[in-house]
Amino acid sequence: MTDEARIFQPTPARPAPSGKIGAVAWLRENLFGGWKDTVVTVVLLALLILTVPKLIDWLFLRATYVGNAELCRQNGGACWPFIIDKFNVLMIGVYPQELGWRPAVCAIALLVLAGLTYTNRIRGIVLIAAWAILPVFALIMIGGAFGMQEVDQSLWGGLMLSIMLALVGVIVSIPVGVLLALGRYYGSPVVKSLCVAFIELLRGVPLITILFMASVMMPLFLPPDLVINNLLRIQIAMIMFSSAYMAEVVRGGLQAIPTGQTEASLALGVTRMHTIAFVVVPQALRHVLPPLVGRCIALFKDTSLVIIVGLLDFLGMIKNAALDTTWLGFQAEAYVFAAFVYWAICYSLSLYGRELERRGPAGQKR
Amino acid sequence: MSQSKSAAKPRLSTQTAWSVLSQGAVLALVMGIVYVLFSNTQENLALRGIESGFDFLGKEAGLPIGDSLIDYDPTRGYGYAFLVGILNTLFVSVLAIIFSTILGVFVGIARVSQNWLLAKVAAIYVETLRNLPLLLTLFFIYSVVLAALPHPRAALELVEGVYLSKRGFYLPRPLAEDGFVIFFIAALVAFALGLAFWRWAVIHKLRTGTSVPGFWGGIGIFVVLTGLAYVLTGRPVGSELPVYAGFNFKGGIAMKPEFASLLIGLVLYTAAYIGENVRSGIQSVQAGQIEAANALGVSSGVVTRMVLLPQALRVTIPATTNDYASLVKNSSLAVAIGYPDMVSIGGTIIGQNGQAVEIIAMWMAVYLTINLIISMGMNFVNARVQLAER
Repeated sequence: MTDEARIFQPTPARPAPSGKIGAVAWLRENLFGGWKDTVVTVVLLALLILTVPKLIDWLFLRATYVGNAELCRQNGGACWPFIIDKFNVLMIGVYPQELGWRPAVCAIALLVLAGLTYTNRIRGIVLIAAWAILPVFALIMIGGAFGMQEVDQSLWGGLMLSIMLALVGVIVSIPVGVLLALGRYYGSPVVKSLCVAFIELLRGVPLITILFMASVMMPLFLPPDLVINNLLRIQIAMIMFSSAYMAEVVRGGLQAIPTGQTEASLALGVTRMHTIAFVVVPQALRHVLPPLVGRCIALFKDTSLVIIVGLLDFLGMIKNAALDTTWLGFQAEAYVFAAFVYWAICYSLSLYGRELERRGPAGQKR
Repeated sequence: MSQSKSAAKPRLSTQTAWSVLSQGAVLALVMGIVYVLFSNTQENLALRGIESGFDFLGKEAGLPIGDSLIDYDPTRGYGYAFLVGILNTLFVSVLAIIFSTILGVFVGIARVSQNWLLAKVAAIYVETLRNLPLLLTLFFIYSVVLAALPHPRAALELVEGVYLSKRGFYLPRPLAEDGFVIFFIAALVAFALGLAFWRWAVIHKLRTGTSVPGFWGGIGIFVVLTGLAYVLTGRPVGSELPVYAGFNFKGGIAMKPEFASLLIGLVLYTAAYIGENVRSGIQSVQAGQIEAANALGVSSGVVTRMVLLPQALRVTIPATTNDYASLVKNSSLAVAIGYPDMVSIGGTIIGQNGQAVEIIAMWMAVYLTINLIISMGMNFVNARVQLAER
C-alpha cells in the first residue's frame, strides 16, 4: 500500500436526478404537482389567455397616442390623447395655468425629499425638519405670499390637492396622535377618558360622516362672524380622523417599550416629562414606523372621499374629465389612468414601509 | 393576567392634590369649550332659522328612495326614511361580509399555494386592490364595468333566469307553494337527524375507536330525507323568472346597478384585506407542526382541520374583526354612487331641512352601535378559538 492510497479521496457528488432540476422539474413542482394543481393551472392559464391579450391590445396595440376623439373612436383602442389633453387639469385642477410652475416646483421638492428619505441620505432631526418645512413651503408657493400673486383656495384641485391634503394630514396628525396616545397611556383619569372618548368616537364612525360634520356642522359651532373656508375645515377633519388612528398605532409602540427603560431613567433622576419625551417616545416611534407608513397610505386613499363634500381632488377631476363632451365615451381611460397614479403612489409607499420593516428599529443593532 | 399588566406599566402620574387640581382644570376647560360651541350653535341655528330637536322625524319626508327593503313611499316620515337607510346599510354590509369572507379565505389560501401561477395571480389581486382607493374601485365598477354590459333587450343570460344588463342584475325569485310549511319542517327535522348522526359518530369513535364517516353520513341523511320530503309534499318550491317586457325586466329579484356595484366593490376590496389576514394566519403556524403531523401519518384533511386551522384562526380573527368594522363604515361610500344607504338618505334630509346636528348624531349612534355589536360577536368567536391557558 502506498501513501497515496491512504489519503481519503471523496468521490464527486452525483448530479441531481434529471427529473429534479431544470425547467421541466420546476414546472412539475410548481404548476403540475398533482391532478388538482394541474386543473387549477389549466383553468387559470385559460382565463389569462382569454383576458390578458385583449387587455394589452386595448391598452397599447390598438390605442391612439396622438390625435383627437374622432381618431380614437375609429381605432377603437384606448384613447391616450384624452389623458394628455386633460393632464394639466388632472394635476392642478382649475388652478391658473400660467402659475402652474409653482405647484411643479413643490412637486419636484417633494420628489427630491422622498428620494433622499428613501435612500436614507438624511436622518434624524434634519429629516423631520425637512418634512415639517415642506408643507409650509408648498402652502406659500401654491397659495402665494411675499409678493407672489395670491391664488384663492377654492381654485386648488387635482392631484396637487390630494397630495396636499394627505401630506398636511400626515404631518400634523402624527404629533397630535402621539399626544393622544400619551394621554391615553399615561394620562390622569380625566385626560385618559377624554383621549379614549375622542379616539374611539372617531374610529367608530366612517370618514364621510366626519367630513359632513366639517362641511355642514362646523360652521354652526363657530361664532357667526368667524368663517373658515371649506378646504381648511375639511383638512381639519382629516387631521382629526387620522390622528385617532395614529394614536392607536403609537400606543402599540408605547406598549412595546420595556418597563426597565422608564425605571432606569427615573432612577437616574430624569424628570417624568423628559423620560417620556427623550426615552419612551423616540423608541416607540421607531417601533411603529412600518404601521405609520401604512396609515399614510390609508390617509392618501381616504383623500379621495373629499369629492363627496364638494372639493375637486384628483378623483374629482378624473370624474369631471370623464363627463367632458368633446371626449365623451372615454371614461375607462380616465379611470385606468387614475388607478395607475393612485397605485404607483400607494405601492411605492408600501415598498418603503417594507424596507423600514426590513431595517428594523434603529439602535437595536450594535 | 391583567394584574401583572397593570403592575408592569410604569406609574408616571401620582394622585396628589396638584394632580386633582390639574384634572379639574382640564375638565373645566373642556366643558367650557363645549359650552361655547353649544351656545354658538344655538345662536347660529336661530340666525338661519333652523329648528332643533328630533320633531322632524315624524314629518312627511317627501323624498323618493329607489331601493327599499320595507314598504316605503314619500308620504312617510323622515324617521321612517332614515330607517330605510339603516336597513339598506345593514343589508349590503351583511351580504358583503359573507361574500368577502368566502373570497378572502380563497385568496389567502391561494397566496400560500404551492402552485406558482395561483399564488402570483392572488398576489397581484391583493396588491392591486389594497393600493387603490375604494371609491375609485366603486366608480370603475359602476361607470365602466357595469356600463359595458348590454341593454336589457340583449341581456347576458348566465343560466336560466339569471340575467346581467346595464340596468341591473335579475335573478329568479323563489316562491313558496302549497305544502311549503310541511316541507320546511321536514327539512329542519332532517337537518337535526343529520346533526345527531354526526354527534353520535364522534361519540362512538371516542368510545370504541372505530371510525364512522359521521360528517358525510350526516350530510347524506340530510340530503336524502330532504329530497324525499320535497317529492312527497309535491315540489312546493316554485320560482318566478324575470321576463323582459316593454323596456325592462319584470318579476324575479332585481339588483339595481348601484347596489350591485357597491356590493361587488366592497367584496373585492375587503376580500383583499381578509386574504392577507388568512395568509398571515397560515404563515404564523410553524412548519414543524405540519411536518410532525404528516410524519405521524395524520391525513391531510385532519392536519388542516385540527392542526393548521385552530392555530391560524388565532391570528386571523382579531384582524378580520377590524376589517368587518371597516367594511360597515366603507358601505357609507354608497352616497357617491347613489345607493340610498343611511348616509345618503341622511345627507338628503340635511339638504332639505338643514338639521345637520341631529342627523350626524344619529349616524354616529348607529355606526357606533353596529361596531359594538360586531366586536362583541367577534370577541365571542375569538374566545372560542384562543388558546385555553391553564
